[in-house]
Amino acid sequence: MIADASNFVQSVDSTFIFIVAVCVFFLVLITVLMITFVVKYNSKRNKKAVNVHGSIPLEITWTVVPTLLVLVMFWMGWTGYKQMTDAPKDSMVVDVYAQMWSWSYKYANGVESDTLYVPLNRPVKVLLHSRDVDHSFYVPAFKMKKDVIPNRINTAWFQPMRLGTYEVMCAEYCGLRHSYMYSAVVVMPEDRYNAWMTQQVQKQKQDSTADSSTSEKSM
Amino acid sequence: MASDSIALDHNGHEPSYLEYEGKHKGLLGWILSTDHKRIGILYLISILSFFAVGVTLGFLIRLELLTPQGTIVGPQAYNEFFTLHGVIMIFIVVIPVIPAVFGNFFLPIMLGAKDVAFPRLNLLTWYLYIIGGTLVLLSLILPGGAADTGWTFYVPYSVRTGTNMIFTLTAVFILGFSSILTGLNFLTTIHRIRAPQMGWFKMPLFAWSLYATSWIQVIVTPIVGITLLMVIVERVFHVGIFDPSLGGDPLLFQHMFWMYSHPAVYIIIVPAMGVISEVIPVFSHRTIFGYKFIAYSSLAIALFGSLVWAHHMFATGMSDTAEFVFSLLTFVVAIPSAIKVFNWTATLYKGSIELEAPLLYALAFIFLFSIGGLTGIIQGALNVDIYLTDTYFIVGHIHYVVFGGTGMGLFAALHYWLPKMFGRMYNKKVARVAFWFVFVGFNVLYFPFFILGWMGMPRRSYHYLPQFQTYHVISTVGSWILVIGLVLMLGNLLRSLINGKKITERNIWGGETLEWTVETPPTFENFENIPDVINGPYEYKQNEPATIEEEVK
Repeated sequence: MIADASNFVQSVDSTFIFIVAVCVFFLVLITVLMITFVVKYNSKRNKKAVNVHGSIPLEITWTVVPTLLVLVMFWMGWTGYKQMTDAPKDSMVVDVYAQMWSWSYKYANGVESDTLYVPLNRPVKVLLHSRDVDHSFYVPAFKMKKDVIPNRINTAWFQPMRLGTYEVMCAEYCGLRHSYMYSAVVVMPEDRYNAWMTQQVQKQKQDSTADSSTSEKSM
Repeated sequence: MASDSIALDHNGHEPSYLEYEGKHKGLLGWILSTDHKRIGILYLISILSFFAVGVTLGFLIRLELLTPQGTIVGPQAYNEFFTLHGVIMIFIVVIPVIPAVFGNFFLPIMLGAKDVAFPRLNLLTWYLYIIGGTLVLLSLILPGGAADTGWTFYVPYSVRTGTNMIFTLTAVFILGFSSILTGLNFLTTIHRIRAPQMGWFKMPLFAWSLYATSWIQVIVTPIVGITLLMVIVERVFHVGIFDPSLGGDPLLFQHMFWMYSHPAVYIIIVPAMGVISEVIPVFSHRTIFGYKFIAYSSLAIALFGSLVWAHHMFATGMSDTAEFVFSLLTFVVAIPSAIKVFNWTATLYKGSIELEAPLLYALAFIFLFSIGGLTGIIQGALNVDIYLTDTYFIVGHIHYVVFGGTGMGLFAALHYWLPKMFGRMYNKKVARVAFWFVFVGFNVLYFPFFILGWMGMPRRSYHYLPQFQTYHVISTVGSWILVIGLVLMLGNLLRSLINGKKITERNIWGGETLEWTVETPPTFENFENIPDVINGPYEYKQNEPATIEEEVK
């Protein structure tokens, strides 16, 4: 069996499937009843109508049953949502910056990147910053999303559970090139991630020495 | 006005409202008329014209999305298209359409009144409407370009974009007044000038639906008015209200916007539910099932529907308490809608059903609105909504509710009442053929949106990834079928007004509400004398077993 891409996929899918199943049941029920009545009680067959003013037992049934069902749906949604808000304490923290119209990521050690590289199975907490207007950090494969709002740091987290590269999209309309505002999450094995990170740290050191040497020259 | 002041025609017959000549003649006799029926017709013509503009924009959007990018226009034009499509369809078409056209025309007649409570105010609402609509169209022509923010005008983008935002925002502000005043007028009419024997529970359900809607209009519309005014102030004077770079709060904007715009969904849908509650018993030739439950559920929708606005904001990072409460209430508001659907279906039971065009559209309403409502429930669940919000799923949902609901309600109303309004019958066969084009086209166009949404396609996207193309192509083909249906349907209705079969029969369909007791088309004053209201609106006494007394006779 292929693993889910993130820890949220299962709860979102199961809530969705439960609600869809209930909905399909009621939709089919209503549709079949409508068609049956229209055929059976067509004026050609049924010349004389009968007045049925209502039925209290029926009204109670079709109020109480849907109410109970929606309460179950609500609870599934709520518990699934709680899981999305409570990031584990040992999460790796990454700052995400959104701007018209690109994404960038900054790790705790100062390393910056245009693509989000993360190790497999490690919870990742993202701190969402906007440099201009509203955006929304959306990783469809992980079934997670959070709005990125200026002057406010929203947080979200996820635990990647399958290796691969997944699209990051902007889900909140943000102007001309909103629909081109893509980035990617790359889920790597732990050792490869560490190798990448070491490389980045070294590159950053070189850059900063290069920077300081140029700044010395200019002085 | 006493009836002796009305000029009778040469047969001594009181002229219909269409022929009646008052102080003004010709065009002025229309645009200065305070007659609720003429104002209804003014609204009908203007709203259908804007509807044509909105449909054209929607058609172009679909055409653009035929390929992943750059089919007919660039991204800026595309962004303006979907913004205008939304603004026109929401604020200029579906919010006013049923109350302003059919409410104006039929509410007073259904209540046994000669006009609405404030006829001049009524005419003023039409002028406000025209000014608002014109401003939106002007924003298209003037340099700067039409608004490109989406119909939701989210700040900070709406404060920063260089397009003609002020025109659009002012337009919606003015349209809001038109809506508030119509609501106020209807509330007063229903409370104050019903025929003496027209008790609350003798009112037709269409009147009940307008009553619930009017309360929402009066209470929540000022919120969007003031909010958009603040955005204008922010743009012009750089006062920080919503834009954080000026010290404002962007989430405050979202709360205030949805505090109106969610209840607005009920302003849009409840009158259509009223239409359906009229059409189903009439074409089943029997009494409605659960009258009081349908009436009270309109009020329940108005109440709970005003308390669920933040379910548009589940992904914005609100507190857990807010998420919990708004999700729970969102599920609760589904119940009264479900009650209505069950009662309508039960009304078909043991009827003597005539499957005319109005009933076809009413049944389509039940089916499509059920899909719209049920997909709303799907998004009421917090974890699922986090995934689906701002994707094509929500776009599918809104179109099933607003077009599948109010659109079908409007088409049902047109086929039901237009012959009464003009005394001309449309071609029934063409109407049924057009219906199937509309119904099939609608589903082919919008159902793929749910699949695209579940696949993760974000809304308001000019460009999309290649894996989504198949569904976009299907959807675009659907838009062509739908347009054929709409042209056929409206063409048939329009043609009937010119050379349709003339009818003078009062009760065309066998309805039991008061509009079927007056002349076709109605006279200027509707009733010679205020009618006695003995029966309830859907009694269908002929269905009851004859009493012994009657048998003796």
